[in-house]
Amino acid sequence: MSTNAIAFLNSENPELSIEQQLQLFNAIESGLPLVAQPYLALAEEIGVSEEQVIAMITDWQQQGLIRRFGLVIRHRKLGYVANAMVVWDVEDEQVDAIAEILAEQKVVTLCYRRPRVLPHWPYNLFCMVHGKNRDQVEAQLAQICQHSELKSLSKKLLFSNKAYKQRGGRYQHQLAT
Amino acid sequence: MMTARQITSETKVDSLSQQIINAYQKNFPLCSRPFLQLAERFNVSEEQIIARISLLQEQQILSRLGPVFNHKQAGASTLAALAVPAERLDEVADMVSQFKQVNHNYAREHQYNLWFVATAANEKMLQQCLTHIHRETGFEPLILPMEQSYHIDLGFEVDFSEAEVNKHEH
Repeated sequence: MSTNAIAFLNSENPELSIEQQLQLFNAIESGLPLVAQPYLALAEEIGVSEEQVIAMITDWQQQGLIRRFGLVIRHRKLGYVANAMVVWDVEDEQVDAIAEILAEQKVVTLCYRRPRVLPHWPYNLFCMVHGKNRDQVEAQLAQICQHSELKSLSKKLLFSNKAYKQRGGRYQHQLAT
Repeated sequence: MMTARQITSETKVDSLSQQIINAYQKNFPLCSRPFLQLAERFNVSEEQIIARISLLQEQQILSRLGPVFNHKQAGASTLAALAVPAERLDEVADMVSQFKQVNHNYAREHQYNLWFVATAANEKMLQQCLTHIHRETGFEPLILPMEQSYHIDLGFEVDFSEAEVNKHEH
C-alpha cells in the first residue's frame, strides 16, 4: 500500500513527514485556533516548527490545493437569506461561452458545469446568486438575463428556504495501515 | 423564545468586524503574528482583533478561519439532491445531516427539494456514503458532481448598509 494514495501529500518533502502533513491538513480543516500565534499552536500539536507550518500552508496555496485562506462566513447569518441556485439547460458546445458570461456577473458567486441526469434533470450549468430577499435576487437575475446570449435559455430558480447544515467539508483522510 | 429584537442585538456586527469580514475572506496573513498585522492595518490592538473574530465565531457568523480547499485536489465531493414528500422533508433532512460526510444541506423549492454536498477522502468512499444515504432514506439521490468550475469562490463582499443581521436562522 502506498501512502501516496492521498495525492496532495508530498513524500519528497524534506521537512514534514507524510504523517505530519496529514496531521496539519486535518488540523486546519476545522480552522485556526484564535490565539496570537495560531501557526505556533498547530506546530506544537504536530511536533514541527512554526516556520514549517507556515511554509507548508503557503505551498498548498501556491499548488492550488487551497483556493482561499481566510474567514469563511455564513452569509445567512448576515442577512443573506435568499440564496438561489439558478440552473440552466445549455447546449453542450455553448456551455463554456455562457458560463464565462455568468461568471463575470458581480452577483454570481459560483458557476459550475455538472452532468445532466435525463429524464429527471436536464440542467447542466449551475450558478449561485445571493441576496437579502427574494425580490432582490429575482431583480438581479432579471438584469443578468437581459444579456442577449442568456435571454432565450431555459432556466430555473431554486430558492433555498432553509439551511439544515452549513460547514466546511471534512475529507477525513487517513493513512492506510 | 427570544424576540427578534434580542436576537438582532446579540448578533450585531460592529464596523471593525465588518471591515475584517470584507478584507480577509482571502489572503489571511501567513506569518507568526497574523492578528497583529490586521491590528496594525485597522489601528487597533491585537487583542481587539482576536476578540472580534472570536465573537463572530460565537455568533456563528464565522464558520471558521482557515482554508477553502479545491475539492478536486483535496478529495472527492459532489452535489446531490433528493425528491422528498413535503411532509417528510425535515425528517429526511435530519437523517442526511447526520452523515459526517455531508457538509451543506439545504431545502430548495423544487420537486428535488433537498440539496446537499457530500465530501470524502476519495471517490470510493463518496459513493459508499451516497449508497448509504439512498438506503437509509429510501430516496435515490440525483448525483451532480462538478465537471468544470468557471468561477472560483473568493468570498464575496458583504453589504452592511442595512445591517439587519440574522433574524431567523438555525
